[in-house]
Amino acid sequence: MFLEFEKQIAELEGKIEELRHLSDGGDLNIAAEITRLQKKANQQLKVTYKKLSPWQKVQVARHPNRPHFKDVRKSLFSGFIPLSGDRYFGEDKAVVAGIGKFKGQSVVIIGTEKGDSTEERIESNFGMARPEGYRKAQRLMDIANQFNLPVLTFIDTAGAYPGIGAEERGQAEAIARTIETSLSIRVPSIAVILGEGGSGGAVALATANQVLMLEHAIYSVISPEGCASILWRSSNHAVEAANALKLTAQDLHALRIIDNIIEEPLGAAHRDHSITMDNLEKAIETSLANLCRQSRDQLLDNRRKKFLDMHAGKLI
Amino acid sequence: MNWITNSVLPRIKALVQPKEIPDNFWVKCKGCNEMLFHRQLEENLQVCPRCDYHMPLSCKNRLKALFDDGSYEEIPLKDGTNLDPLKFRDKRKYLDRIKEARSKTGLQDAISLACGRVHGLEIIIAVFSFEFMGGSMGSAVGNAIIKSAELAINKNAPLVIFPSSGGARMQEGILSLMQLPRTIIATQMIKQAELPFIVVLTNPTTGGVTASFAMLGDIHIAEPGAIIGFAGKRVIEETIHEKLPDGFQSAEYLLDHGMVDLVIRRHDLPKTLSTLLCLLMNKDIGSSSLTGE
Repeated sequence: MFLEFEKQIAELEGKIEELRHLSDGGDLNIAAEITRLQKKANQQLKVTYKKLSPWQKVQVARHPNRPHFKDVRKSLFSGFIPLSGDRYFGEDKAVVAGIGKFKGQSVVIIGTEKGDSTEERIESNFGMARPEGYRKAQRLMDIANQFNLPVLTFIDTAGAYPGIGAEERGQAEAIARTIETSLSIRVPSIAVILGEGGSGGAVALATANQVLMLEHAIYSVISPEGCASILWRSSNHAVEAANALKLTAQDLHALRIIDNIIEEPLGAAHRDHSITMDNLEKAIETSLANLCRQSRDQLLDNRRKKFLDMHAGKLI
Repeated sequence: MNWITNSVLPRIKALVQPKEIPDNFWVKCKGCNEMLFHRQLEENLQVCPRCDYHMPLSCKNRLKALFDDGSYEEIPLKDGTNLDPLKFRDKRKYLDRIKEARSKTGLQDAISLACGRVHGLEIIIAVFSFEFMGGSMGSAVGNAIIKSAELAINKNAPLVIFPSSGGARMQEGILSLMQLPRTIIATQMIKQAELPFIVVLTNPTTGGVTASFAMLGDIHIAEPGAIIGFAGKRVIEETIHEKLPDGFQSAEYLLDHGMVDLVIRRHDLPKTLSTLLCLLMNKDIGSSSLTGE
């Protein structure tokens, strides 16, 4: 699937595909032409993705083929055992959590799952968690604290689910309490924004010692569409809202809200999952090694201090 | 003198204070549609005498109604917060919106801090002002909440916060979202100092404010009829394509669903707060008012 701004790339890829159909690999002229076009397409990709606008990044961050938490779980961890339930009400499949090994170290892993197929998407409520998902996350963070295991969270959500049941069962309290738990645990915590980091539903899982973002991920207090419909009184102004909100990894790094940007492969993560996973693994390994040098008390104090210092007065 | 006090002085006052509401101003109650005389309403803390509907109460009047003899010390907000780090602009500049809100309300931001005695007990109180950009929470509000916690700890006094807010202040982008963890750290500071922290939810309290400090009080009180929730009504309806049940997200609905401890009329708040705080701090109820402690 090509995005709106990838027209030229799509055309080139289409031509390449056609030529491949024409030749069975024996025709040297066609092979040379394919190589030439491929080079051109790659160049075009490079140029396009180097100067993506914030709104274009929103499209990339939401790309259906972008690696989801499921892919991260499979590639980065061994022996993963998912754990279920919040012990109060139910099991929320929008948040997947469990324990596994990362390079020989036991870690607690929590992430929001958008799902790939239609069935998966429905089952995981399109990655929008209910209170039970956040309460399960709290449970797992407590387990991590109890057994002195690092917590790794992966965020890819439009936001917490706005529904009747979610409100009745205390969506706001669940988010607040998850942040509180994140600010109470005395173990290393690393959060990675994989795709969309949507508002309270995202920060609930992203109050960590280190917050990393994939190069084309976004993280914002409100979706550009939501912001536009409130401030411009029309969702047609989403492009302007995306510009104004400073939601790209690059802007957030400059504002010192996030700690690191993880590079994506040519043409973004959805074009090559395996390179993305390699980069992700390296980034987590480095962050984790740094955090493991701190004492348990330091980890907590530094995490709190980092967020306390995050206000407009301290930024500029 | 009579003609001076009766006709000249009011005219001068009208010139000096053009915003003052004239005596013959009538207000329509949103609860029962009754036309109410504004003086009567003001004396009744903006509560409809007929149907008990709680209308918005300005932060000054709220503080006056809470503290003994209406007297309290106003605590200035920290100055020097960079107001517009993102240089945010929608149809208008964020800076212009702030300036306008400031001149309209006479407030520095959407929150005010005060220290004083309620039934003799010293309390730090923070009150949101919905009329200041929808009571939205940006860096200045977050800083004020942290400051209120520090003050409470310094004075060994309990903290009571009255939110009324649409949520995070969009114009500060991600920085407004960061006020969720920041204000939660403030609640942790209070808890570590073993001081009570009570939240009095007033109409409306939604979004990032409920998803942070406002749902982490030791005790949650709500004013009657206040709308309290995470997502706004319209967002929920658009998501689920259903009409919402009657009274959804009202204080009473939250009470039924276990999210607040008490729904208390505005008039009864000083007594309830002081009693609760005395109980929590194991002080004699009411004795603080006699000893002045």
